[in-house]
Amino acid sequence: MQPAAAPNTRDLEREIADLMVQALNLNVAAADIDPAAPLYREGLGLDSIDILEIALVVSRRYGVDIKADSENNHQIFGSLTALAEFIAARRTK
Amino acid sequence: MHAVPLIAHGSPDDVVAYRNGGPICAARFIADAAHLASGLPAVRHVLNACKDRYCFAVGLAACIASNRVSLLPSTHTPEAIRQLGRFAPDAICLSDDPACDIALPQFQFPDLAAGDANMWPVPSIAADQLVAYVFTSGSTGVPVPHAKTWGKLVNCVQIEAGRLRVMATGPRAIVATVPPQHMYGLESTVLLPLQSANALCAERPFYPADIASALAAAPAPRMLVSTPVHLRALMAANIDLPAIELILSATAPLDESLARDVEARYAAPLLEIYGSTETGQVASRRTTQTAEWQLWPKVTITVRDGQAWVEGGHVEAATPMGDILEVTGTDRFLLRGRVADLVNIAGKRSSLAYLDHQLTSIPGVLDGAFFLREDAPATEIGITRLGALVVAPSLDAKAITTRLRERLDPAFLPRPLLLVPEIRRNATGKLPLHVLRSLLPET
Repeated sequence: MQPAAAPNTRDLEREIADLMVQALNLNVAAADIDPAAPLYREGLGLDSIDILEIALVVSRRYGVDIKADSENNHQIFGSLTALAEFIAARRTK
Repeated sequence: MHAVPLIAHGSPDDVVAYRNGGPICAARFIADAAHLASGLPAVRHVLNACKDRYCFAVGLAACIASNRVSLLPSTHTPEAIRQLGRFAPDAICLSDDPACDIALPQFQFPDLAAGDANMWPVPSIAADQLVAYVFTSGSTGVPVPHAKTWGKLVNCVQIEAGRLRVMATGPRAIVATVPPQHMYGLESTVLLPLQSANALCAERPFYPADIASALAAAPAPRMLVSTPVHLRALMAANIDLPAIELILSATAPLDESLARDVEARYAAPLLEIYGSTETGQVASRRTTQTAEWQLWPKVTITVRDGQAWVEGGHVEAATPMGDILEVTGTDRFLLRGRVADLVNIAGKRSSLAYLDHQLTSIPGVLDGAFFLREDAPATEIGITRLGALVVAPSLDAKAITTRLRERLDPAFLPRPLLLVPEIRRNATGKLPLHVLRSLLPET
C-alpha cells in the first residue's frame, strides 16, 4: 500500500492528469486515471514517446527538468502520485 | 574476394569511442571485441540487445570477427522474439542489462577489464561475409529478414561520410538519440564512426536535458544524430546545446520550417538521410536549401506502375519503396508521401495490413481494422497515433490492448481502440472513410 497523498498533492495530481490527457490526446477522462497505477505499459499504457511529451509539459509548466540519469525514471513514472510528488518537491513555478 | 578492415582508425591510439566521459582507443576496442568473441557460445546467430552503444559496437565487432551473424529485429515484443527463434533456432541474446526479459538464452555482456587491454592490428573481414539480418514486419505477420553483407554496409557508410564531409575534418564525437539496433542507428551511429575514423558516444540521451549533457561530455567537434521527434522536443524545450558542427536526422522527413529553426538555433547545418531497412541509406539532402534528395552514387530509382524501386550500389536487392518518389534528375528525387497502406508513427514504420493481421490473430477478435486519420490532432512533437475498430463481443478494450502489446511495438498501439458491432467494408475489402467517420466520436 502506498501512503495516502497529502491534499495538495491530490490537487496537483488532478492538474497533471489534465495536462497529460491534453498533451497526449488520451482517450480517457483525467478523473478516470488511477493515481496509483503505472503510467506506462499495462497501467495507463504510455510509451517512451509519451514520456518525452510529458517531460516537455512538466518542464514548461513547473520548471522541473526530468533527466534519465539524475533520478529513477521508473519510479517517477511509476504512478500519477509518484510523478506529482516528484514535481511537488522540485517545482520552481 | 577483397577484405575490408573492421575499423578505419589507422593508429592503435586513435579514439574509437567515448564512454562515461572517457576516451577508448582503437587497440582497446579490438581487444574488447576479441575478449567477447572468445567467450560467446558456439552459435551462429546473436541478437544484440545491448543498450550501451559501446557494448553494442563491441558485440557487433565480436560477431563479425568470429563469423557470427547479428540479428536486429524491428521490435523486441514477445511475438517478434518467438518468430525470431523460429528463424534462427540457435539464437542467443547478448545483453548488457541483467534485467533483460527477452525470451532467448541470455548471454550477459562480460566484464571488459578481464580481457587484454590492447590488441593490434585490426582484423580484415571478407567483403561478401554475411554480418547481419535486419528485419521488417512484413505484411503477413512473419518478420522478413534482410541479409546485410560487410562490404556493402561499409561502402554505404563511406559514401555517407563523404556526403557529410566527416572525413576531412575528423575526428568527431558522434552523439545519438537513436538506438543502434535499427538500420539508421546501425549505419549512422556505429558503422559511420567506425568506418570514418570518428568516435561514437556510448550514451543514448533521451530527454532534451540529457542530450545537452551528453553533448557537453563529448569533446568538440561534435555531431548529433537524431530524429524529427527529438529535434522537435529540443525546440519545444527551448534548450541550449554546446557547439555542434553537424546535425543529422532520419526516420521521417523533416518539414522545412523545423529544419530552419534547428539550424538557426544551433548554428549548424542539418542534413537529412533517406533510406529503409531493406536498402539502408540511399539519399541525403540539406533541407533548408532544397526539397530534392540526392541519391548515393550508383544507386538508381526506377518507377514501374507508380511503384518506385531502388537498386544498385550497396543495395542488396531491388527494393520497392514505401514512399511515392518523383524522379527529378538522374540522381535526384522528391518525396510525395507514403504508399497508401504504410504508416510511420514516431519514425517507426509498419503497414496497416500487418497491423490488421496482428489484431485479427487475437483469439476472440472477429474483425478489426487499424486506421490513420490525417485530420486527427498531432501532439507537440508531431505525433498522431493510429486508431482501430475491433469486433470482439467476448473481449473488452483492455484485454485486446494487452494482447496487442505482446505483438506490436508500443508506437502502434491504437488510440482510440473502439469496439464496434461490425465493420462495413466496401467490395474491395477496404474501409471507406465515411464509414470510419460515422463510427468515431467527434474530436
